Amino acid sequence: MPLVNGGKITGDSFVKLAVDTPLPEGGDVLVPAERFLGEADTLLNRSGKVGVIWPNNRDIAELVPYLGKIATVALVFPTFRDGRAYSQARLLRERYNYRGELRATGQVLRDQFVFMLRAGFDSFDVKKQADAEAFMQTAKRYSVFYQPTGDGRITALHRRMQLRHSEGVGT
Amino acid sequence: MYAYDEIDRTLVNERVSEFRDQVKRRLSGELTEDEFKMLRLQNGVYLQLHAYMFRVAIPYGTLATNQLRALAHVARKYDRGYGHFTTRQNIQFNWIKLAELPDALEDLAKVGIHAMQTSGNNMRNVTSDQWAGVAPGEIEDPRIWSELIRQHTTLHPEFSFLPRKFKIAITASDHDRAAIKIHDIGLRLIQNEKGETGFEVLVGGGLGRTPFIAKTIKHFVHGRDILSYIEAILRVYNQYGRRDNIYKARIKILVHELGIEKFSREVEDEWQHIRNSSLQIDDEVIEDIRSRFTYPPYEKLPHMPDELRQAAADPDFEAWRKNSVAPHKVQGYSIVTISLKPTGGPPGDATAEQMDALADLADKYSFGEIRVGHEQNLALPHVAKRDLPALWRALDKLGLATPNVNLISDIIACPGLDYCSLANARSIPIAQELTRRFANHELANLIGRLHINISGCINACGHHHVGHIGILGVEKNGEEIYQITIGGRADENAALGTLIGPGVKFDEVADVIEDIVEAYLALRERPEELFMDTVKRLGVEPFKERVYATR
Repeated sequence: MPLVNGGKITGDSFVKLAVDTPLPEGGDVLVPAERFLGEADTLLNRSGKVGVIWPNNRDIAELVPYLGKIATVALVFPTFRDGRAYSQARLLRERYNYRGELRATGQVLRDQFVFMLRAGFDSFDVKKQADAEAFMQTAKRYSVFYQPTGDGRITALHRRMQLRHSEGVGT
Repeated sequence: MYAYDEIDRTLVNERVSEFRDQVKRRLSGELTEDEFKMLRLQNGVYLQLHAYMFRVAIPYGTLATNQLRALAHVARKYDRGYGHFTTRQNIQFNWIKLAELPDALEDLAKVGIHAMQTSGNNMRNVTSDQWAGVAPGEIEDPRIWSELIRQHTTLHPEFSFLPRKFKIAITASDHDRAAIKIHDIGLRLIQNEKGETGFEVLVGGGLGRTPFIAKTIKHFVHGRDILSYIEAILRVYNQYGRRDNIYKARIKILVHELGIEKFSREVEDEWQHIRNSSLQIDDEVIEDIRSRFTYPPYEKLPHMPDELRQAAADPDFEAWRKNSVAPHKVQGYSIVTISLKPTGGPPGDATAEQMDALADLADKYSFGEIRVGHEQNLALPHVAKRDLPALWRALDKLGLATPNVNLISDIIACPGLDYCSLANARSIPIAQELTRRFANHELANLIGRLHINISGCINACGHHHVGHIGILGVEKNGEEIYQITIGGRADENAALGTLIGPGVKFDEVADVIEDIVEAYLALRERPEELFMDTVKRLGVEPFKERVYATR
């Protein structure tokens, strides 16, 4: 599955480890939540970067003590219909001020890109090659947003206020 | 009317172009039906028994005449010449072609109409009182808040893939015409002791196979905090609502399983984190939305104009006026309800010709505004009383002056087995037969206010649980069987009806309803005692006895 990061298809430096895969000496690893919580010290004292795959039914607050030390959080969309990870993403970005990579994994399709970007994802494990290639074009599909989220895009309500004030200056 | 600005228009156009691309990808096979299903549902497109069905939003039930004409145009050009108004201020077209849907949406977008989130597991069309802004005694026009919430819930990046659909309704009147107690969130606009505007917030109402009346979660949420409070409810629901079983996925089940106290604590915790964020609504923002609702330049008119006095001699006019005309907050004006329940017709249908003609009448007599109510009727909200006789004559010619509003033949019904792929039984033919049985308006008036609601399956789109008489069609051994409940209601005293006994066959339903009505007429203490009050006083037993004594 192609990875989109920074708006472009890129290689993935992370190696996904299962619960019982032996830990490689070096290199970046992406590990399941349970394993990460069990071996956090070992994992964080290695030379490579560490990322965590966090399931969408586990309280994201458990990860807070480690947020400064991990490079990637991968949230999971078991199907695109299951939207729990959008809440987890916003909590990570907006409540817990997580600034590392936030990766969407699972059934990630083109039609969710805008929602995901707005929720704080910046990295996408895209299911279909064609969707990954269409990323930039799709991300620009909308220019109007009604809700304030942590992505900082200005909301329609506030754009109206700005327009109103700028009109006021001229008169 | 709320006037869209360039910002609102841009978003709707962007949505249309996205959907055009999605349809193209579906037709080319790039999207699987499973992937496309969610995308089309988010744009109001269902696959029904015979064809795709297209559901268009009429936010808080307000339409301008150019919008009604655009709906007529869609009915004519892309469908079979009619549309069906639903119980949630939507209109449905039943025969639309997938390849033409993007064009239909584009035609509607030109007049600021869309179909976003009229189906799917997201926040549905925000509904309100169809008399909003004109009913006497409102604290303020609830549509200002409905519009704020409509905007906030449109393409919400966090809550577009909820466990299940999510419906919000708002009222600002003591008498609840928006059925807020059967919504996922019900909002009652009130003022606190300091005179500040806010909401009583109710949560967890809903019908379907496990019906619940909504419970109050908070007695007062200040208007400026309403978006953050709704967001807190949704965040709790998005994370903890059940996703393992579609029938247990609505918020009502979560509220029921956790209990309202625990659920409200969860919401309160979440809310404390976000209430002082950018979700707080500035006065200036509220003022901006308010300023874009315009009201007609009402004239100073007499309470009782000569035209009305003269027309009173005509008993047909008087029958219609007494039934369909309600007081307006401005002297000399009235709110006119237009019954879409003609004798023998399917409830809630209107032809393209009727829609066009109504648009003309609204331009002439109602400052270009039409309303849509959850009872599947329309309304003209600003009719000068002196124009009532002329309006009545025009409506009568169109077949739109049936004086049966709120009477026994003003039936709410889902499309049922005639259209719907979920249905187990027919609804429309039952409604049609009942309107014929009770076509005599003197009899209907004698019976008084009585709401019959019919659903063709357990999903309860016809709101049968809250009908004064509820009729639910089920399938048993290959046969349509109808279960009858009585004593339900959808207003401020919302209650679920009680089953009177074993189900009856299709051709027995109308007879059973007649028996129930006859029993009521014999049992009521005085003519003013409404059916639901007699049921409340006596319970179901005497009705049950009457119905089953001879069966």
